[in-house]
Amino acid sequence: MKEYLSLADIQHDLRAGNTTCEELVGYYLSRIDAHRHLNAFVEVYAEEARARALEVDARLREGTAGKLAGLVVGLKDVLCHAGHGVQAGSHMLDNYRSPFTATAVQRILDEDAIVIGRQNCDEFAMGSSNESSYFGPVRNAADSTRVPGGSSGGSAAAVQANLCHAALGSDTGGSVRQPAAFCGTVGLKPSYGRVSRWGLIAYASSFDCIGPITRSVEDAALLLEIMAGPDEHDSTVSTREVPAYSRELHWEQPARVGYLREAVESEAVEPAIRERTLAVLNQLREQGHTVEPIEMPLLRYFLPTYYILTTAEASSNLSRFDGVRYGYRSPEASNLEGLYKKSRTEGFGDEVRRRILLGTFVLSANYYDAYYTKAQRVRNLVRKESEGLFDHHDFLISPVTPTTAFRLGEKMDDPLQMYLADIFTVQANVVGAPAISIPNGTDEAGLPIGVQVMARPFAEQDLLAFSNYLTELIGAGESVK
Amino acid sequence: MKIDHDTLHKLAHLARLDVKPGEEEALLASLDNVLTWMEQLNELDTEGVEPLTHVTGEVNNWREDAAENRLSRHEALANAPSQDGTYLKVPKVIE
Repeated sequence: MKEYLSLADIQHDLRAGNTTCEELVGYYLSRIDAHRHLNAFVEVYAEEARARALEVDARLREGTAGKLAGLVVGLKDVLCHAGHGVQAGSHMLDNYRSPFTATAVQRILDEDAIVIGRQNCDEFAMGSSNESSYFGPVRNAADSTRVPGGSSGGSAAAVQANLCHAALGSDTGGSVRQPAAFCGTVGLKPSYGRVSRWGLIAYASSFDCIGPITRSVEDAALLLEIMAGPDEHDSTVSTREVPAYSRELHWEQPARVGYLREAVESEAVEPAIRERTLAVLNQLREQGHTVEPIEMPLLRYFLPTYYILTTAEASSNLSRFDGVRYGYRSPEASNLEGLYKKSRTEGFGDEVRRRILLGTFVLSANYYDAYYTKAQRVRNLVRKESEGLFDHHDFLISPVTPTTAFRLGEKMDDPLQMYLADIFTVQANVVGAPAISIPNGTDEAGLPIGVQVMARPFAEQDLLAFSNYLTELIGAGESVK
Repeated sequence: MKIDHDTLHKLAHLARLDVKPGEEEALLASLDNVLTWMEQLNELDTEGVEPLTHVTGEVNNWREDAAENRLSRHEALANAPSQDGTYLKVPKVIE
């Protein structure tokens, strides 16, 4: 079976009679089987995917198939899918089967996507290495001693290893883009409110975004245009019109690009990543685009702001897990308060409990203004700073991560070191802007490097067209070497 | 130290969590470490800056105020660890 980079290529071969959905599903299932050591999937729906493939093949023959016919997709274990398990990588949701389907998932199902399974992730999407999952760590397919990033680690590793063609993840502070970079795939975080969060297990509701992990920018654009748009179940979704992103992927005009000087000069960013980022900026200059360094005096405050607000929102969101209505219940409890405490203590892992405690602290009466309100004010400052940058620049370019994929266990003892893995990605979540990670070569050890492009809120059309152009430019640069 | 042993136990109670035996010192140290790091924000003057509570410009996306039943009792109880077909069951609350 050929390795497809885009759904358009798969659909071309389906139409030409060179392959069938049945054959594609069989191929991915055999690859999943051969890559069990990656631990990318929590559950594989082999029989269901095969049966659905036959249905989609029939619709293809009748000419009634949807836009995603031929797409075999995985779902991060935070997306509800009626009749299927979903447990956010947590012991807390043992045996939980969703009674309903997330809007984003329903929209891709309606276009004939075939869901092949649910994918491992950090517990409740809290983590940057996929090591906090109840189901154990996921391994990077480029080097199985290394992490795939997180929290959508299983999804990124699965697309990297071609265990499915694409995946849906979620991004609260970089959880789609950072693993995409570590695994050499494309990862898109849309603007906040572009895609409905209905059916996404909540981590931090004012930051959470569902986003695709794909092998091409064009597939990310197609999935976004299908998932995006108003939904009566989520009143925070924007009512702005959803453009046909995948049809306008050509970028021709000169762009005004800003880049963070620190990101290409700082010792904290690995030399290979600085070099690859500079190479991209130089290529853009050679092509006649304006490329200028920018200052972000608030940069060092992004992560503390993010962690105060997200832990606060998480402590509130995760209060619903009580051991009463669904999920894990401790067998030890003899009274109601004990039932809550024991179920939650035994059901949640260490990082989740740490974040709930931090969130409870910053929301407590004595500290609310000093931490929580303060962070909301700083969030406003960060947004103003970002808006100012977009007055003069179409796009901001930076590395996605300061390092390539690190080794399993390397950062597990130090939460602050782990948090720093998201230094370049959190800004987009703090201000609600769209950002994408696209592959930008590898380091000397062959580990993938990503470059991030960020645009102003709801400028996905420009972001995707420019990223598609940039991908071609990077590809042309690589082939010259 | 921003958090002492009493505060930790109070927080855990508010969050309906137990502090596991043997983890207290390490948990205190890691919470303290993160909170100290968070306090960098105090370097910034935010006088007169409004707290940002919503990142999109969307206001009042109304829907019809119509009642509907999306989840049957059967479905709602299906995931419960203990139930009797009509109610969720919990340990005895009233002595």
